[in-house]
Amino acid sequence: MLAPADLSPPPLTQPVSRTPLCRLTGLGLAGLARLLAGASVRWIASQPDTCQRVYFANHTSHLDALLIWASLPRLVREVTRPVAAKDYWSGGPVRQWLAQEVFDAILIDRTDIKVHQSPVDLMLREAGTTFSLIVFPEGSRSVTGEVGEFKSGLYYLAKKRPDIELIPVHIDNLNRVLPRGEFLPVPLLSCISFGPPLWLERDEAKLDFLARARRAVLSLKE
Amino acid sequence: MNDIRTIALIAGVLLLLLLVTAVGQFLKRHPDRGIDAAAVRTFNLRIRGWWILCSVLAAAFWLGSTATVTLFGLVSFWALREFITLTPTRKGDHRSLFWVFFLFTPLHYVLVGMNRYDIYSVFLPVYATLFVLARSAVAGDYKRFLERTAKIQAGLVVCVYCLSFAPALLELPIDTAAAGGRDANFRLLFFLILLVQFADCMQYVWSRVLGQRLVAAAVSSNRTWEGLLGGATSTALLAAVLWWAAPPYQPWQAAVAGLVVAVMGFAGGMTMSAIKRDRGVKDYGTLVAGHGGVLDRIDSICFAAPVFYHMTVLVTGG
Repeated sequence: MLAPADLSPPPLTQPVSRTPLCRLTGLGLAGLARLLAGASVRWIASQPDTCQRVYFANHTSHLDALLIWASLPRLVREVTRPVAAKDYWSGGPVRQWLAQEVFDAILIDRTDIKVHQSPVDLMLREAGTTFSLIVFPEGSRSVTGEVGEFKSGLYYLAKKRPDIELIPVHIDNLNRVLPRGEFLPVPLLSCISFGPPLWLERDEAKLDFLARARRAVLSLKE
Repeated sequence: MNDIRTIALIAGVLLLLLLVTAVGQFLKRHPDRGIDAAAVRTFNLRIRGWWILCSVLAAAFWLGSTATVTLFGLVSFWALREFITLTPTRKGDHRSLFWVFFLFTPLHYVLVGMNRYDIYSVFLPVYATLFVLARSAVAGDYKRFLERTAKIQAGLVVCVYCLSFAPALLELPIDTAAAGGRDANFRLLFFLILLVQFADCMQYVWSRVLGQRLVAAAVSSNRTWEGLLGGATSTALLAAVLWWAAPPYQPWQAAVAGLVVAVMGFAGGMTMSAIKRDRGVKDYGTLVAGHGGVLDRIDSICFAAPVFYHMTVLVTGG
């Protein structure tokens, strides 16, 4: 049995006030990423909204979270926080500053997962009743460009907070812009597709739900 | 803009644009004339495209040759982007592509701007090709090696090398005293673009009116031999009539140039259609939804530009 997520006392629900430098860096990086990745954004049977959501996408490149974040309208962007790996984003002062101050990312410790401090609980506590999340249920970047199996975190998110809309996102061609292991980008054209929301059905088994969520991402590929 | 011929050319083009815009708007307001509404819509979209093209060109011409070369450089960059996006490359090509986009393409246009024909005529076809081959080999992935590198080279040649011969016309030393200063070079470039656009258009019209025999049904379902012949003849006639705008050309030479430009434009369209068919797409890129990509717009001019450039050199007697 899963205990419902502990939401009391209500956490901070106002978007954190960031310094102008952080805002400017965020805007600049978002613009640069969109320009460099030639991203076209499509909303398929779906609309941007500031309601609480979890955007889940296939993971192909370091640019993924930044580009999804950049593809959202400004108002939605301000209440959307990417979920990222702590081991990578705490390496060095620049990465740390970017993750914490500019993107207000929720950093997850991949190497040391504790029973009392599960990543899902941490995400939900940080999200509170305001923020939307960007997650990559595959856990790490795919090497081949194929979409791998989803890890169970998405299921527990959906189970603990059935009121949050789960939005599938498909990222196309970004693995060619900045593949795994490369640090110089090639400016090809990519495409970000947002799909219609889905929820955990009543009595839906974990594996069925994860397979359905994965299919929802793949179906946006056309 | 101190030459009567430049003023005449601008006035003529403006008049023509206003005329076709009026016709397009008339057809749109009177849908009961028995003309297919979709065709009218396409026609009006085309006209809007011409207005945009002419405004951008006018702005670039007004800003000078550096601005024009830069404009063509950006168009090349974008077209190459669309080309490589559609072309399956592998991870082993990543670093080659990085240098292709950020070193070879910009440097080529710098050389064009400096009018170093002796270097830029071999820079991409020889040096960039050798680099791409070697860099992809060093990256250690031999799968479909020749196919991958050939595709990158084809993209570079068509999107960058060939297109750059259009702005290179601005640096051609033509007899400026008789032709009227730097205006003459800009007129030459505009002459080329006008002929290519006109040829495309006339090919479509002749195909619609007389089209019977498809050139290659599997590649393109609307390019016919009748369209090619009619388009080429019409373009040759237009070029002969407009010979005064293109400085070194005599009327008969202009007619030959028009013919060749039309045939090359046709070749470019067919080539890009073949690539698109192979990749199973209708058009390149999604810059503006429903408008195709940059490469769809410039395929004809890419093929026509180098030939027109060298014909001009021949006619000048260089």
